[in-house]
Amino acid sequence: MAKITLDKIRHSYVKTPESADDWALKQLDVVWSDGGAYALLGPSGCGKTTLLNVISGLLRPSEGRVLFDDRDVTDVPSDRRDIAQVFQFPVVYDTMRVYDNLAFPLRNRGVPEDQVKQRVHEIADMLDLTGMLGSRASGLTADGKQKISLGRGLVRSDVNVIMFDEPLTVIDPHLKWQLRSKLKELHQQVRATMIYVTHDQTEALTFADHVVVMHDGQVVQIGTPVELFDKPKHTFVGHFIGSPGMNLLPCEIIDGFPSFLGHRLETSKAVQSPSGAGRLEVGVRPEFVSFAEQGLPVDVVKVDDVGRHRIVEVEHKSHAIKLLTPENVPVPEKRGYLAFERDKTNVYADGWILS
Amino acid sequence: MIDKTTNQRAWFLVLPVVVLVAFNALIPLMTVVNYSVQETFGNNLFFFEGVKWFEQILHSERFHAALLRQLSFTGIILLIEIPLGVAIALAMPKRGPWVSVCLVLMALPLLIPWNVVGAMWNIFALPDIGLLGRMINGMGFDYNFTQQPLAAWFTTILMDVWHWTSLVVLLAYAGLSSIPDAYYQAARIDGASAWSVFRYIQLPKMKRVLTIAVLLRFMDSFMIYTEPFVLTGGGPGNATTFLSIDLVKIALGQFDLGPAAAMSLIYFLIILLLSWIFYTLMMRNEDK
Repeated sequence: MAKITLDKIRHSYVKTPESADDWALKQLDVVWSDGGAYALLGPSGCGKTTLLNVISGLLRPSEGRVLFDDRDVTDVPSDRRDIAQVFQFPVVYDTMRVYDNLAFPLRNRGVPEDQVKQRVHEIADMLDLTGMLGSRASGLTADGKQKISLGRGLVRSDVNVIMFDEPLTVIDPHLKWQLRSKLKELHQQVRATMIYVTHDQTEALTFADHVVVMHDGQVVQIGTPVELFDKPKHTFVGHFIGSPGMNLLPCEIIDGFPSFLGHRLETSKAVQSPSGAGRLEVGVRPEFVSFAEQGLPVDVVKVDDVGRHRIVEVEHKSHAIKLLTPENVPVPEKRGYLAFERDKTNVYADGWILS
Repeated sequence: MIDKTTNQRAWFLVLPVVVLVAFNALIPLMTVVNYSVQETFGNNLFFFEGVKWFEQILHSERFHAALLRQLSFTGIILLIEIPLGVAIALAMPKRGPWVSVCLVLMALPLLIPWNVVGAMWNIFALPDIGLLGRMINGMGFDYNFTQQPLAAWFTTILMDVWHWTSLVVLLAYAGLSSIPDAYYQAARIDGASAWSVFRYIQLPKMKRVLTIAVLLRFMDSFMIYTEPFVLTGGGPGNATTFLSIDLVKIALGQFDLGPAAAMSLIYFLIILLLSWIFYTLMMRNEDK
């Protein structure tokens, strides 16, 4: 068990990186506290797997240090970092029995056979693998194999961190729920630090206490699911988390408040326009926009009924805005006025939130 | 219930294959069967002899000796070429510009016509003018493959290893390249030794291609003719007279069509039987 610190990590797959695009990881400073359940969330290609491989030691970062507690492990090879990693596609040793698969990481480290036996049976119990311990691993279904991969990750009791790299991609949807709650349960039991990589927000939000959102080789926000929802630090978080994503409207700042095409919007606190800021935007989630007696005049374009609520798409001077309305609230036929919740309305400069 | 329509016209789709197989396999094979049960004289005179030739071949010491030489040769080259091929494939680079260089170098011996390989090695190994022959003699060994049975065997085996190990390398390399990186990464994290990686990841993943390699090398080496024929002509004496060389001697040298046909069929059945045994043994644990 350890706290993991990434200190000024940068990585590039190019030998001599020149432009910013050459960096797969631009400057990362992240601390993963001991015993936390983290989700690493971001679109494909944003650097999630690279970051994971830096922590596990499969990849040496171009710059920066990796610390386990206070020990610098940047140059320590994977097998001596005491970590476990579960990959996107199941990795099983085909010729071994399920039992030997689970025992493999322990036996390689010279754990006595009686302890191996005890530990393997514990893990097999947790993952419902006890019945198939004696059968050959190659004959199992994809989710059976992935359970073995998970089991090999969990079998060592002395790991610093267990990392999951989109482990449920190959699993059937109904089993996904089951395995995900299993993982959550396992985290309660073993209390090891877990990092769960995914590009699926539901997966991230259900698994983790803290979600680390990555975008374009950078960590844009670390926070609880509620923080990510209520106060996205970056427009990317607003857009990526939530369905539909956050509305972004161009604005300028007049007298400390954002003004959208001459229409003044309220925020909880007055904001200062930063000097030299480029693009200014106001962001508000569809959940916090509603129809009102007066406010921003809009034309209703489209109404989608998605069950317990409706997604309404409206336009103001050809700027589209989406809002969620409960089922029983009437939607104006053609024209209406919008109100924004002032506490949930934020201003962004070049993508980053203004406090 | 859906009514099944009976329509046999689909058989016409199989017809081209049936005709092709008939002409290139069944009909020639039947000709051989026909010869194998008859005594042949000039002027196309044939007399039915039943299984006489089969009994004669099966009891002939000459056939036993050739079969033993053939089995030894095939056994030795399999024992050398399969492990050597796997070792070379493991040592080859996995990516980068050297991959294609290695692959082309490996493929070269396979592209040379078989009789040219025989002729090359014949000259290469000649004790007086050949580079290899001169070198071995220069090192103090008495080496002359045209006169010493052991030297003839050594040269024939060396030639076959040079010619055919590449095939095993290419197949094994293809098997290795199909292993996803995640397996190696997982093994590193699991703390597996290099031997464990080979034993539990690389070897199992190469199993299918190695089965093919063993079968191909077994069949080809068991039927080997051209290269030893050009290199040693089956000699010195009968030292390197393998089954196919003996067969040609009987069929075309002595023009004994009946015994030659019987021997061909026995030869064919041995290959079929051994291939089946190899395949069954290697695929024993394969999943359905």
